Amino acid sequence: MADLAARNESPEILFWVGCAGAFDDRYKRVTRAFVRILEHVGTKYAVLGLEESCTGDPAKRAGNEFLFQMQAMTNITTLNGYGIKKIVTACPHCFNTIKNEYPALGGDYEVIHHSTYLQQLINEGKVGVTGGESFKGRRITFHDSCYLGRANNIYEAPRDVLAALDADLVEMKRSRANGLCCGAGGAQMWKEPEPGKKDINIERTEEALATLSGAAEALANLGGVETETSAPGPHDLQGSIIAVSCPFCMTMMSDGVKNKEQESRVQVFDLAELVASAEGINA
Amino acid sequence: MLQSILFLLLLVAAFGFFAWQVRKIRANILVGRDRDMSGHAAERFQKTLLVAFGQQKMFKRLTPALLHLVVYVGFLVINIEVLEIVVDGLFGTHRFLSFLGPVYSLLMATNEVLGALVIIAVAAFWWRRNRKPPVKRFTGVELRAWPRLDANIILYVEVILMVALFTMNTSDLKLHQLRGETLPGAFPISSLLTGLLPANAGALHLLERFGWWAHITGILLFLNYLPSSKHFHIILAFPNVWYSRLVPQGQFSNVESITHEVKAMMDPSFVVPPAPTAPDGSALAPTPFGAKDVEDLPWTNLLNAYSCTECGRCTSVCPANLTGKLLSPRKIIMDTRDRMEEKYNSPVIFRPNVYGAEAKHEPITDLANATLLRGKVTPEELWACTTCNACVESCPVNINPLESIIEMRRFLVLEESAAPNSLNVMFSNIENNGAPWAFSPSDRFNWADDLFAAEKPAKAAVA
Ligand code: SF4
Ligand code: SF4
Repeated sequence: MADLAARNESPEILFWVGCAGAFDDRYKRVTRAFVRILEHVGTKYAVLGLEESCTGDPAKRAGNEFLFQMQAMTNITTLNGYGIKKIVTACPHCFNTIKNEYPALGGDYEVIHHSTYLQQLINEGKVGVTGGESFKGRRITFHDSCYLGRANNIYEAPRDVLAALDADLVEMKRSRANGLCCGAGGAQMWKEPEPGKKDINIERTEEALATLSGAAEALANLGGVETETSAPGPHDLQGSIIAVSCPFCMTMMSDGVKNKEQESRVQVFDLAELVASAEGINA
Repeated sequence: MLQSILFLLLLVAAFGFFAWQVRKIRANILVGRDRDMSGHAAERFQKTLLVAFGQQKMFKRLTPALLHLVVYVGFLVINIEVLEIVVDGLFGTHRFLSFLGPVYSLLMATNEVLGALVIIAVAAFWWRRNRKPPVKRFTGVELRAWPRLDANIILYVEVILMVALFTMNTSDLKLHQLRGETLPGAFPISSLLTGLLPANAGALHLLERFGWWAHITGILLFLNYLPSSKHFHIILAFPNVWYSRLVPQGQFSNVESITHEVKAMMDPSFVVPPAPTAPDGSALAPTPFGAKDVEDLPWTNLLNAYSCTECGRCTSVCPANLTGKLLSPRKIIMDTRDRMEEKYNSPVIFRPNVYGAEAKHEPITDLANATLLRGKVTPEELWACTTCNACVESCPVNINPLESIIEMRRFLVLEESAAPNSLNVMFSNIENNGAPWAFSPSDRFNWADDLFAAEKPAKAAVA
């Protein structure tokens, strides 16, 4: 961004990478996939690079309001300094914080989650989701991120993106507004879970795997759900995908799949990776 | 005449007593922190119409929604008849509304059908709670003793009220039949029951009076039971929905006093607004960050606590609770109400919750000095929350348990520095590295290193 500013240019959008997108090895691949898409469609974008700092979301949810506001004000000063108007991010936590909590502290931007952005690109025909890997007939289930869904009412954009892949989309019983958390939000990502019967990501992974395989009896036994669902017959899990749109969900679901020893059959992908693969630009 | 005077006295006493109890509850709610919830009347009106009157969120679960709808509509319609009973009682009239003719017939018929349906629905509710094992949401550490009894009392009273109504109608109907007169109105259920009653005019008259008095006295007693019960939601659900938050659920409040401090730190020229003073001009004790006790919570959260129906929908979708952790959002809300009533005013039949050993909180011995946090809600419960908003989404009366959880976390972190150690590590990472993980800030851009290395070496410098 500093380079652009030095050349007196301003970007169309600022891509907010987020800490996970910048440091987490798995999510760095998502960051790259998304950047490739931006390059591919020729969007004039910029990133803050070394000038980006944590939004403060984990501090705030853990109750450290002081640290959160320090982070927020620092970031706002940077963003306002560059005259940023429009921000895209692949992290629902960054998205929520910048969109909802920064305005009261002086940071007013148009903030877009990458699922919405990808959906727009597909709708505008800028991304054809063709030419690369074909997802036709592959079973995909989408895990709603709490900070995208319930927190901000974005349920359809990620599903529209997945629908464009022409895959076999199956819904978990707990989806959309009833979605079950991956277990990482509210700063849980950085601590051991409290004692209990099970870790939340295991519960969610079990549901995802049961849904992908169509195992009716496994679905009926899920806790906390009163309604029954009629699941289709059993499917081989080979090649099926759990789609996510959040770095924390990515970690939690990947860990869950590993815990269930299904990593050779079921993969966890972010929407951006799926789109880039389908477009044939995911190196 | 004597009956009218008796009735007037009863009415005045019942409503007076009710008003006195409501005042206590109002005072309790007002010990909470100030929060401006004015404005957005149109939006709030619409929300109240949908969620409170329209029962919108109940319909996430069909069976209980239909049962609840019967009782709710029954309550609304039967209230019209109660109006008639009051007028009759005061002025010695009999079936005062009968001048409405066919409308009256329709009203009475609807009433009777709903009355019968209410009995069926209440029986189903009772079965859902008392069968072995009950529906899962009706179990849990917070649903023992008084809350459990309270739920059943409500169901029993509703049946008693309906039985009184049918006794009144049936005996009135039979009395008129006996005298060869026609009773105004239509009574589809009572006309089936007349055979059960004796064909004795004196006895029928007595029964009719008994049914009438039992019904109205029952209602007035029940009215005064409400403030001590979760059934108070039939009144508070409406203001509670009205005052619910209109911002996205993911948006947490920004503590204003902290904003001032941070601004002053970052910009020396920033002038911190003067702290609020008491009406007499003296300085107020500084308010703590976050919430340790009920008066540290915003008043809306206290209103929440009085509106809770203890239905447990929040707890049944809570990922922490589902996976066996201590956290139950319903317990947090119920604890808040218990704490208010312990510390401040309590309605006549106040009974604090009695927990089993698995609640794991320290038993309260010193009522005066105990607080909501630690006295009732343990840090272990609070730290299990993923802030997923499932509880907020599921609550049929728009209660927000998450807000109280965050306020108490704020107290733990900002006032007591009592966060779990791993979170303190995360805090210092953010402070020192600008990221919650212990990575060097200079590595933040490494993701781009090999991105365009092959085809566009210069591109990494876009930033
Ligand atoms: S926000 Fe917290 S208390 Fe509410 S359902 Fe989620 S984890 Fe449970
Ligand atoms: S907070 Fe809402 S959902 Fe939870 S028990 Fe109370 S009324 Fe039910």
